[in-house]
Amino acid sequence: MPINNFKEDEETKHVLKVVTVKRLFSYMRGYKKEILSVLGLMLLILGVTAVNPLLIKISIDNYIVAKNFRGLLYIAALAVIINLMAAFCIRKRTQIMGRVSNKVLMEIRQELYEHIQKLSFNFFDHRPVGKILARVIGDVDSLKDVLNNSVITLLPDFASVIVVFIIMLALHARLALTALTLLPFLILGMWFVEVRAHRRWQAMRKKNANMNAFTHESFSGIRVVQSFTAEEQTSKTFHTLLADIKHGFMHAVKLNDMFWPMVEMSWGIGTVLVFYLGVSLLDTGEITVGLLVAFISYISMFWNPIMNLSNFYNQLITNIAGAERIFEILDIEPDLVDEKNASWLPTIQGDVRFEHVTFAYDDDLPVLKDLSFHVREGETIALVGPTGGGKSTIVNLICRFYDIDGGEILVDGYDVKKVTIESLRSQMGIMTQDTFLFSGTIRENIRYGKLDATDDDVVEAAKAVHAHEFIMKLEDGYDTVINEKGSKLSVGQRQLIAFARTMIAKPGILILDEATSSIDTTTERLVQKGIETLLEGRTSFVIAHRLSTIQKADRIFVINEQGITESGSHEHLLKEKGHYYDLYMAQFSAFA
Amino acid sequence: MKRLLKYLKENKWIYGFGVLAMGFGIFMDMFNPIITGRIIDEVIVAGDKEVFKHLSMLLILITIGRAIMGYAKEMFFDFGSVRMITSLRQDIFDHIQSLSYSFFDSKNTGELMTRIKEDADKIWHATSFGVMLVLESFITLVIATILMIRISLSLSIIAFITLPILAYLAIKLERSIGETYERISEQNAEMNSTAQENIAGVRLVKAFAREKYEINKFLKKNQGYYDLNFKQAKIWSIFYPRIEFISNILPVLVIAFGGSLVIGERLTIGTLVMFSGYTQMVMWPMRNIGWLSNVIAEAIASSKRIDTVFACESDIVNNPNALREGEIKGRVEFKHVGLEINGRKVLDDVNFTVDPNKTLAIMGATGSGKSSVINLLTRFYDTSEGQVLIDGVDVKGYELRSLRSHISVVMQEVFLFSDTIEENILFGVKNTTQEDVLTKSSVSAQAHEFIERMDESYSTIIGERGIGLSGGQKQRISIARALAKDAEILVFDDSTSALDMETELRIQKEIKQLTNRTKIIVAHRISAVKEADEILVLEEGKVVERGTHHELLELQGRYHDTFMEQYEGEVAYAN
Repeated sequence: MPINNFKEDEETKHVLKVVTVKRLFSYMRGYKKEILSVLGLMLLILGVTAVNPLLIKISIDNYIVAKNFRGLLYIAALAVIINLMAAFCIRKRTQIMGRVSNKVLMEIRQELYEHIQKLSFNFFDHRPVGKILARVIGDVDSLKDVLNNSVITLLPDFASVIVVFIIMLALHARLALTALTLLPFLILGMWFVEVRAHRRWQAMRKKNANMNAFTHESFSGIRVVQSFTAEEQTSKTFHTLLADIKHGFMHAVKLNDMFWPMVEMSWGIGTVLVFYLGVSLLDTGEITVGLLVAFISYISMFWNPIMNLSNFYNQLITNIAGAERIFEILDIEPDLVDEKNASWLPTIQGDVRFEHVTFAYDDDLPVLKDLSFHVREGETIALVGPTGGGKSTIVNLICRFYDIDGGEILVDGYDVKKVTIESLRSQMGIMTQDTFLFSGTIRENIRYGKLDATDDDVVEAAKAVHAHEFIMKLEDGYDTVINEKGSKLSVGQRQLIAFARTMIAKPGILILDEATSSIDTTTERLVQKGIETLLEGRTSFVIAHRLSTIQKADRIFVINEQGITESGSHEHLLKEKGHYYDLYMAQFSAFA
Repeated sequence: MKRLLKYLKENKWIYGFGVLAMGFGIFMDMFNPIITGRIIDEVIVAGDKEVFKHLSMLLILITIGRAIMGYAKEMFFDFGSVRMITSLRQDIFDHIQSLSYSFFDSKNTGELMTRIKEDADKIWHATSFGVMLVLESFITLVIATILMIRISLSLSIIAFITLPILAYLAIKLERSIGETYERISEQNAEMNSTAQENIAGVRLVKAFAREKYEINKFLKKNQGYYDLNFKQAKIWSIFYPRIEFISNILPVLVIAFGGSLVIGERLTIGTLVMFSGYTQMVMWPMRNIGWLSNVIAEAIASSKRIDTVFACESDIVNNPNALREGEIKGRVEFKHVGLEINGRKVLDDVNFTVDPNKTLAIMGATGSGKSSVINLLTRFYDTSEGQVLIDGVDVKGYELRSLRSHISVVMQEVFLFSDTIEENILFGVKNTTQEDVLTKSSVSAQAHEFIERMDESYSTIIGERGIGLSGGQKQRISIARALAKDAEILVFDDSTSALDMETELRIQKEIKQLTNRTKIIVAHRISAVKEADEILVLEEGKVVERGTHHELLELQGRYHDTFMEQYEGEVAYAN
């Protein structure tokens, strides 16, 4: 799967719309009671709305023509009472529906979010953050009106179309059928428009995601933008992305805007046809003036729900693309999951064994081929070697961030595939190359490593990595609020906080992937001492380029494309005069 | 809000045509009840067949005309609003980009994304449907009123007795929804931020196996979002039925009152039917009032959130008489420079001069102020005391962008865009006249070789923040990017930390060969700084040692200690 970026539209799978719609509405299944009561209320409201013109007809035919003023007053009073009842029903209905549709939205969003948490790096590596975000926030929000109207509009309006049609049939069958002559043409026309509009809305959603991806990058990379004075350039790119949205939108609404005129045409012409027939029927005395007037108001009662329905249909087409994008993610099977009978890994002792491990990212050339080694409890292993040789891959595999293609990885004799991921990773202390801090206080960030840590634990961890001193110098100490890209702290200081976060859990195996690269050597030394006292006798893996960081390791693995080519202590490897010796001499010559 | 009017004004022609189409549509619509009334009075009651033909033809023509006008109206409003929102988004984006570091310190990316996406969407909604419906309702109301008054003044008064009540309800609704919606927008921003950090920091989340914790964190925001939305729905459920009741009861009132007029023989039935046709026409805008107040309230709330972003001003501003263009020689001078951030002294009385073609190196412990020196030079911050000069001119005397265009910085934290490698390297290059800039800078940064080995070479797309590349590869691309910019002053802010020794040495050699440049190197490794013309050692913002490598070694101070730490192994081995 190629890496997607802000310039390229995402590829989406083609799914039948019926399937998507069904799946979307299946979320309402849990609210049968609420929906039934809403439908009940709707029935009452519908009854009142249907009676209103009837009351007008009775007023005109029976009382106004007969000059019965008292009767007219009674009718008016009756109308006020039933409409008050209807208002009460509307209130209840709106409340219940507001709860149901928002709840369903919350559930879909939560399900999507929880599902995303289960996905492996493969998923994240190929998608810009902004595009994933667009689905969790925007696409879910876009379903709100569809859900709400599916109950409020779909069923009641269908019902009212049928009820009104039956009344019309009962009043006069031929007139009723005449009024609907154009309905089949309308349905055909809508279907024709819909097929095309749907694809255009899909495209439009992708353009939105592109914009989201780009804003995310530009704002998180604002320092680069500003220091390279690339504001004009990014502004132009943003402009093109906006233009894409504009064109996508116009392209789609061009079709959507045809809905109303189509409905109005069918309505208007249908009415004229009723007049034609009505007038000729009047001659034969088959109908009364009152009936014809009432019929005309029934025609609008008939077409109003049809208008609503087509509006809903329109909305569905506009927003179903959002649902498709959500379900697409939900359908991605997490490829790294606990095995069925995965056990909880007991407290890690620190014995790590690779046996004939073969691994490749993305079906490419294998990064590791038949790699075997054994690290005993309490050993410190340094991994050195050229970039791309597989150092980071090895530590990633110990934590099971990826599954291997062949061989076995054992921690304390347990196959990492056969224990729960949570039990494995929560006992590992991993410091990665990129330091990521959450927005929040420093205390919260350190506590992330051990959620139930006390304030004293936090301070202890910070002291161990020599972060305490500078934290105390900040105006709010541990309560200083920082964020993802903030400039309140230097990169080295951020690295120290990340260090404290790893240390606080006292992990069974410590993995440092260039974790001290931005820390000066003096501080690094102090940090190392702190770690040694805090994590005495734990197994650790260290990836670093500074030889001063490496040489204290119990064993050093030199890793390149051929696998582990040299291994042994610093002194041992120097005597071997291999690759490590060359590396060392390069550094040595730098001092000369 | 003022800003929105400005955008509306920019698109006044498009909206104008929309209103014109709308006006025609409504105008034609007005004939409908007249014709229907005439059909009832003249054809149905009086039996005039001749008139009927004309009248029905007219009805069909009106229907077709309305359909055409309806389509034109929607298209014009859609077009106007999308143009408007495009300008709004562009302006928000450009404004945010122009803000200084202190702004980004307090704003999360997710929040800014909400302003550009969701908040702008709300305004979009209001300026297409919203504006269209407001105008349409208003025009319909006015025309219907005039016609109704002409038919019967007393009936019209009855019909419009409900209007002040509706207006009152609408205003109250707008207020309560507006308040709630502002909070919804805030909550949306928080939810967006939480999700954004979770996805951007997914490596960390997985490394700590914190998925459950993250899910709970999000659940709280999601739940809060639900609570607020439900609150909005509840407010809506209070006002909506009232508005609905008033508009439903209106025709009954009219018939009851009008009926009594007919009974009193002051009105014909045909006129009453015609009048009640107009009441139907008035009911429609009345029903819309609730919905419109809702949409408008949301848009106003969103526009307030957006205005808070526009209200933020950069604290680094251009001097009106700033120097714009022109070459510089690259002499950098710090004179008694001090910097205070949040009451904390970050730099204190820092002095140095670097002449063109010379190299200054800065060392010091984590948090000693090394990066702050660079932030002052590039004016990401302004000095609290003293002066930073380039070619003898205070950096504040340069136009900000021209100043930064003279300085090329390799930043400590590598940030790459999800784009091709080529686009990333040429990011700061304004005019690509030199064709070999790309390869030349990549070769110097020791990146050419591994890039060439990739499937699509320089056209390979890398993920956000350079996902797919190793730390060292990312750093080399970032160095190539700075070299491609080709500025007079070259700054390396601890930018070789992820490189192995050999690569670092090769890059150092390349950099040494670059002439006519002022170089400033921040580093931790002695090997990276020892050939500098002057080395500064910073401690808590103060320069504690300065001199060349040999001078500093002789000093037997902090530099010497660091040297010994890094050299120790070697010495031990030599013995």
